[in-house]
Formats: sequence, structure tokens, C-alpha cells
Amino acid sequence: MSERKIRVMVAKPGLDGHDRGARVLARCFRDAGFEVIYTGCHQTPEQVAAAAIQEDVDLVGLSCLSGAHRVLFPRVVELLREKNADDIAVIGGGIIPEQDFQMLYDAGIQAIFTPGASLDSIVEWIREHIQTRH
Amino acid sequence: METTNKICAGDVRTASRLIRDLEDRLPGARPKLKNLFAHTGKSFIIGITGSPGAGKSTLTDALVHEFRRRGKTVGVLAVDPTSPFTGGAILGDRIRMLRHAEDDAVFVRSLATRGALGGLSQAAGDAIHVMEAMGKDVVIVETVGIGQQELDIINHAHSVVVVLVPGMGDDIQAMKAGIMEIADVFAVNKADRPGAGQLQKELAALLSATAVAEGDWRPPVVTLGNLYEPASFAEKAAELAQKVLEHHDYLIVSGRLAGRMERKAMMEITDALKASILEPVVAKLIATGELKEMTNRVAGRETDPYSEAEAVARRFIKAGETA
Repeated sequence: MSERKIRVMVAKPGLDGHDRGARVLARCFRDAGFEVIYTGCHQTPEQVAAAAIQEDVDLVGLSCLSGAHRVLFPRVVELLREKNADDIAVIGGGIIPEQDFQMLYDAGIQAIFTPGASLDSIVEWIREHIQTRH
Repeated sequence: METTNKICAGDVRTASRLIRDLEDRLPGARPKLKNLFAHTGKSFIIGITGSPGAGKSTLTDALVHEFRRRGKTVGVLAVDPTSPFTGGAILGDRIRMLRHAEDDAVFVRSLATRGALGGLSQAAGDAIHVMEAMGKDVVIVETVGIGQQELDIINHAHSVVVVLVPGMGDDIQAMKAGIMEIADVFAVNKADRPGAGQLQKELAALLSATAVAEGDWRPPVVTLGNLYEPASFAEKAAELAQKVLEHHDYLIVSGRLAGRMERKAMMEITDALKASILEPVVAKLIATGELKEMTNRVAGRETDPYSEAEAVARRFIKAGETA
């Protein structure tokens, strides 16, 4: 009877209001059978981290198109660590130049998806990397 | 007991994990809930229900704000629908409650219905208990957008707010038998829209046609207008919170709270009986292939479902113990 359901959160930290991509992803995760907490635009990293913990998600997907990813993405990881919640995976997407990838990986962002990444590849990555925690 | 202590101390991680384990029905979760049960039953539980898009999440947010202003700690359970096709769900109620995200005294948790049809999820009752054990003064339970009959909320909440919006026309008439009966407080939301006057008139007619004995509760109607006129909206939200608290006082003074809590306890026992008696039997029948055989016999009209069920009951329940 018992079965772990994958729970993910899709969030847009910062001042960027372009949420079409995030919405498409939320919908796609729903269709993949995940439970998706969608929290919309204009959030602080603190809000994202607090919500991720309250919702006990397996993964947070951050979207940023404004160029602030170098600050915002690592900050979310840092806050989760502070709250002993670094088992929650963080991935990112949006307009992210390739030269920033390594810096984000080093900061604990586990994967980065940029324009052109197929929805299937993102779902596949999640299924492969998120062993729902016990 | 470690889980119990942590949750009673308000640890969000432990609490949200236990809620998840209960939702996923992990075998280890139920014993933890057992230990927790002694610490529950002290919170005031408010249900918010109404049709999709009526403004339940927005009003929940407004109520949270009001209760915080009054110094109360708050838990919110927000239920959204699961897709019957993929099992996935988009849980978007939080989006209206972001201003409380960093307030440690507010714990918001989204739940997907996962096939439950009563407007809540199967784990909703369990999740309420977890929030009670955390010591939340108030727990607000927001149902999925409902139609007429998804009224499970009355088994869980002490006070129920039904949110209505203008423009539903004659539907209101049809709604009378179900949702209109369960309201302790009515909220007429989006009252700046056309048709609000008519809705209020219909509500007044409905309420005046309902006999209420001296000293009994007559559901008040609070009208809330444009959200983007923050001052007047906040004033009305405060009135809504006030009416809900007055209903709570009424339940205590009139002795009705005990009745509602007994109703809830009985429902929880019935549910637990189903879980500990019916579900294992069904699981066994599935595992042995018997359910499939029974299905074939009934579908082929060789026998009827009632005789099949009685035969199973005779096997699993000792003679003399059934009615």
C-alpha cells in the first residue's frame, strides 16, 4: 500500500518575473506524476528554503532569467545547509552562461538546464538522481 | 519517542517528514502518530471551503495574518487535487501565502487529494494531528475547490467557513442541500463584482427561513470586496476572523464543542477500523487472486456481490462477533 511519491518545488527567486518556463516545467512534472509545489515569482532565497522544508520536498528547481543566479542559487543551498536540510537537492535553470556552470556546481547546485533542454531530459534526471529519501 | 519530543518542540523538519510518511503510508509512521495522539486535541480547527477560484487561499492568508496579529500560532493545511490520470498534482495554494513564509509561528503544508473524493486527502486528519502536537493555537484546513457534496471537512473542523462568490446565479439554489448547510460563517468574496447584492439577498432569505432556537448560532455573513483595496479588505478580513472566533466561543459556551469532537473521534475510529480490518483483507484477496475470481463470478452473474462479501466476512470474522 505504501509508495513514496516524488515531491518537487518550482520557485523563482529574485526580481525576475518571467515565469512561463517555470510554469511549463511545473505542468510537465505534474504529468510525470510528481507532486509539485509551485510558489511563483519574486521570492527571497529565505522564503524558498523555508517553504521547501515545510513541504518536505525532494528537490527544489530554481528558475532565473535575470542574471542573478550566481548569488541567488548558492544562497538557497546555503540556507538549506544551515537548516540541516541539505538532503534536499537543488537544480537550476534559465538564462545561465556556460562559464557560470562550474561555479554553481561548486556551490552545490546539482544540475543546470538551459534553453533547449528537453522536458523529458529534466524528468529523467530527477527520476535517476532523486532516490526518495527514507 | 524522539519524534514526539521534536514535534512537540515545534521542529518543522520532523513534522513535515512525518506528515509525508503518513501520506505515503509508510509502515513506521502510524506508531509515531500513536505516540503523538496524547498531545493533540487542543488546537482550534477551522475549515475553509468553497468552489474553485472562490478565494479560499486568499482568505486563508488573510485569516493567518489576523490570527498572527492576535498573537496566535497557526498551521495551514492546503489541499489541491491530484490528477486522476498521472497521479501528479500542482499544489499552488502557497502562492497566496508567501508573506508568512519566514514567520516561524506559521507552518503551511500542501496536500494532494490522492484520489480522496471528500474535498480533503486521506492523510488530512493525520496532518491536523501533527500540527496540533506542534502546539499550533489555530489550524486552518483549506479544502480543494468543491461542488455540493464534498463535505468531509465537517468531520475535521470545529468551525467551517463557506466562501461564496457572486455570479453563480441559480446554482446557489441547487447548493442549498449540501454546502449551504455546513457553514458556521459565510464569506461572500469578490463582493465588488456584479451580482453580490443578489447573492446577499438570497443568503439572507435562506438564513431567515432556517429556524434557529433562542441562543443558538445563526451563521453570520461577512462580505469582502476588492483585494486590491488593502485597507478595506483587511478590515473585512479582521471581521471574518472575529466571527470565526465568536463561533468558537459559542461552541465552548453552548457545550457543542464536545459534540463536534465526539463526532470527529467516532469518524477517526471508523476510519481506523477500515484501515486495520478492511484493508488487510482486501490486500490479501488481491494477493491470492481471489478478488479477481470473485470479480469474474459476479461480472458473469454466477453469483452476487453480497453473497461473496458475506462469505469473506464469515472466513475472517469469528462467529458470533458480527451483528
